[in-house]
Amino acid sequence: MGAQAMTEGATGRATPAAARGRRGPSRAAGRSRARAVAALVGRRLLFAVPVLVLVSGAVFALGALSPFDPVKQYYGVQIFNASREDVERVRAELGVDDPVIVQFGRWAGGLLTGDPGNSRSFRQPVADVVGERLPWTLLLVGVALVVAVLLALLLGVAAAWRQGGWLDRVVTAVGHALEGVPPFVLALGAIAVFALGLGWLPVAGLSDAGAEASAGQVARHLVLPALVLGISQSPWLVLHVRQSLLAALAEDHVTGARARGLAERVVVLRHALPTALLPFVALVGARVPELVTGAVLVEEVFSWPGVASAVVKAALAVDFPLLAALTLLATVAVLLGSLLADVASALLDPRVATDG
Amino acid sequence: MADLVTSSTEDSSVPSAGGPTAPAAWRSAARRRAGTPRASIGSGRAARLRWIVGAATLAALAVGAVLLPWLGGLDERVLDYAAVRRPPGPDHLFGTDETGRDLLLLAFAGLRVSLLVAVLCAVVSTMLGAVVGAVSGAVGGWTDRLLMRLVDTVNAVPHLLLGIVIVALYRGSLTAVVASIALTHWTTVARIVRSEVLSLRQRPYIDAAISGGASRWRVVRRHLLPAVVPQAAISAVLLLPHAVWHETALSFLGLGLPPHMASIGNILGDGRDAVLLGAWWIVVLPSVLLIVATLAVSGVAATWRDRLVPRRRSELAL
Repeated sequence: MGAQAMTEGATGRATPAAARGRRGPSRAAGRSRARAVAALVGRRLLFAVPVLVLVSGAVFALGALSPFDPVKQYYGVQIFNASREDVERVRAELGVDDPVIVQFGRWAGGLLTGDPGNSRSFRQPVADVVGERLPWTLLLVGVALVVAVLLALLLGVAAAWRQGGWLDRVVTAVGHALEGVPPFVLALGAIAVFALGLGWLPVAGLSDAGAEASAGQVARHLVLPALVLGISQSPWLVLHVRQSLLAALAEDHVTGARARGLAERVVVLRHALPTALLPFVALVGARVPELVTGAVLVEEVFSWPGVASAVVKAALAVDFPLLAALTLLATVAVLLGSLLADVASALLDPRVATDG
Repeated sequence: MADLVTSSTEDSSVPSAGGPTAPAAWRSAARRRAGTPRASIGSGRAARLRWIVGAATLAALAVGAVLLPWLGGLDERVLDYAAVRRPPGPDHLFGTDETGRDLLLLAFAGLRVSLLVAVLCAVVSTMLGAVVGAVSGAVGGWTDRLLMRLVDTVNAVPHLLLGIVIVALYRGSLTAVVASIALTHWTTVARIVRSEVLSLRQRPYIDAAISGGASRWRVVRRHLLPAVVPQAAISAVLLLPHAVWHETALSFLGLGLPPHMASIGNILGDGRDAVLLGAWWIVVLPSVLLIVATLAVSGVAATWRDRLVPRRRSELAL
């Protein structure tokens, strides 16, 4: 974007004819660029297929190899009272004795037709569990991501602006320290201080006990989890913005802008920051796995009714269909995140190659 | 006379204006320039400070973790139902948990468990990653491409989630936790070792070994793997904080180590409900120990990395 700003500046000063002449081919280039980005999307979606097949195969193999027995789970303690015929019938119904590959085919076929089985821990079809809980997770993760990005932009720019100043030292030190603080410690601390100590915000859940989940209720209950998740994600982003802004400030076009006598604010915000933010877009996309991980822990502590806390419930109950479906969902989220980041940086920066 | 007066005032005014104001103007312009560091923070000094503080903290923690239980025959497993959820006081410096265990002893014992498990995980996953990376780099071709796609695939699943799947299916044992961490964290090591092997393959001494008639296996075993050891060792140490983090998260969720192994994560997981009852001190000391230990390990590891392989700084920043 910095490069774009500079070429725009150059065309502005050039003769109108030259500018017109330059605009024609640039539109054509834009069209071919769009085609290249579309090809990139297609290629990446194609690459996602073997990844998803491999992940689902691996998760299924883990389940098939484990000592865990679905029939025993189906019966629980009652297996001691069940007759041999009944157990045999359930074994046949669940298809436990079929070859692993047949079981995998059945399960994968169900996934493809939109029926990933039933969740035992929620006593609901897996699709319903995901459908009910996914919006809450998206809300939480979306707000947390906005918090993290805003923090990164504000603190990162402020720290790089006066490198070595007190703000820079504080931000860098706190950032490095926060990298070592697990999100659940942060969450417990936030609950102890803001919910129990000061009584400003509710401890957990989506709404007060017995109250409807109205917009106001949800907003009040969203504040703490979203802030905790956002802050726990922010150190990497803050330090990255600071580092890449420092690198951008040493570049030639920034020196050029300074030599032209532009105000410091213009130099930093209009010339250095856009170049510094390009890798930032890719970084945000690449941090989806950590975001998912953080969401699991934060949702669990705050009893947020999202898919991430369902992971923990499913794991504690060895609810394989739900666990496998949620793992695949998270993998899709990771792949989508990196795809979106790549598309965004390809659209923002014409220098980014689209054949990677 | 008028000339003299004016010239003399001008003369005196030049240094007086130039003395205090000119350097001030110059300095503020330099300060205002974004991205110019102050000379006072040398990276060398900061690095040395990080190293000294990190090493001293680690030593103190190690002494605490090993010696504290021995002093006066104290045992963290002693339950004292007469002193349940006591706030910090003279009898129990950091208070007691909901079964009356002394938190100071408990937290240090938990730290010992967490660190031992982390070391085990780091060693296993480094060995796994080193083997995959060495094979990938040394054999090349289709094997390399397939293994690297495998690395990409493992990285596409959030590590904690894959770890949760593994411990959920093989619950309640140390092996499950170690497997869950090792199977998700070997990819970084594999990448590092592979790129190191690829660059080493170009060296003349490898060519000399091959032209001397050494088999491919012998080249890998005698010439490539020993050269990769320092890199692998660093990444093992850098994996330690991650392993601690992962184990603590799993145990906190109730999916990790069995309850009788009081790791930091187990203590924090047990203390969760106590926090809601107002017993904040139950989570304070274990969390502080966890954070301090993590930061100390990564500080020492980072210094070691910068000293040994400055050019791989960004790559190894796990």
